Amino acid sequence: MKKIIFVIAFIVFFSFLVVSAVNMRPFGNPTFSEMDDYFIKNAQSETGANNVVTSIVFDYRGFDTLGEATVLFTTIVGIVALFRRITK
Amino acid sequence: MREMSKIIRNVTNLVYGFIIIFGFYIIVHGHLTPGGGFQGGAVVASAFAAMLISYGQLNTKKFLNINIFSLLESCGLTMFIGVAFLGLGTTFFYNFLANSGSWFGNIVIPGINAGDMNTAGVLPLMNIAVGLEVFSGLGIIVLLMADGAEYTKKKEKAENDR
Repeated sequence: MKKIIFVIAFIVFFSFLVVSAVNMRPFGNPTFSEMDDYFIKNAQSETGANNVVTSIVFDYRGFDTLGEATVLFTTIVGIVALFRRITK
Repeated sequence: MREMSKIIRNVTNLVYGFIIIFGFYIIVHGHLTPGGGFQGGAVVASAFAAMLISYGQLNTKKFLNINIFSLLESCGLTMFIGVAFLGLGTTFFYNFLANSGSWFGNIVIPGINAGDMNTAGVLPLMNIAVGLEVFSGLGIIVLLMADGAEYTKKKEKAENDR
């Protein structure tokens, strides 16, 4: 009984995935592209970096990177707290 | 964790310096080529992991110090936030050095160019800060987890002997 329910749920969800994959827009044609066009056109002259990805990560979306660095720091604080007795 | 065979130790001796140099290359050239602070830091930390598994946990403690890593990690995050605060004349995270003509301030020609190290304003400084944080943080994780594995093994052995 449990197995039959599992199989039915699997088929339903998988069919949803297939339908959404078929209905997806073609690759490289986003619905809204104003932001991308702005970055591609102006990132190099505004930040002076050849690597547009780095200019987005560290300049346009600096707060995001600050959050990432804080998450990493918190992870390491947690691990050090977890192993504090063992090292002493 | 005991040290592994002589072949593995010799190969690690040959290779770990190049891995570290490659990681710092990725960090420093983050604004010109693919990569950046996070990726380069992970590459440098992989060299520490290779040292750890080839030399064993007790021998590695002689040349890798957790306290120094901890200090470097805090310095990295503080430097990142400090560079972000330096642009506070306009906004937080303002790129005040770009196109200014001073440090990292050369004006770049839009389009395809050869790539100049001395461009991109605060991005190289932030890449270096994040790289410092990531490689020392992952180094701490690797060293502490080796300690924990050793402790667990010792405890299990004591349980079995009893």
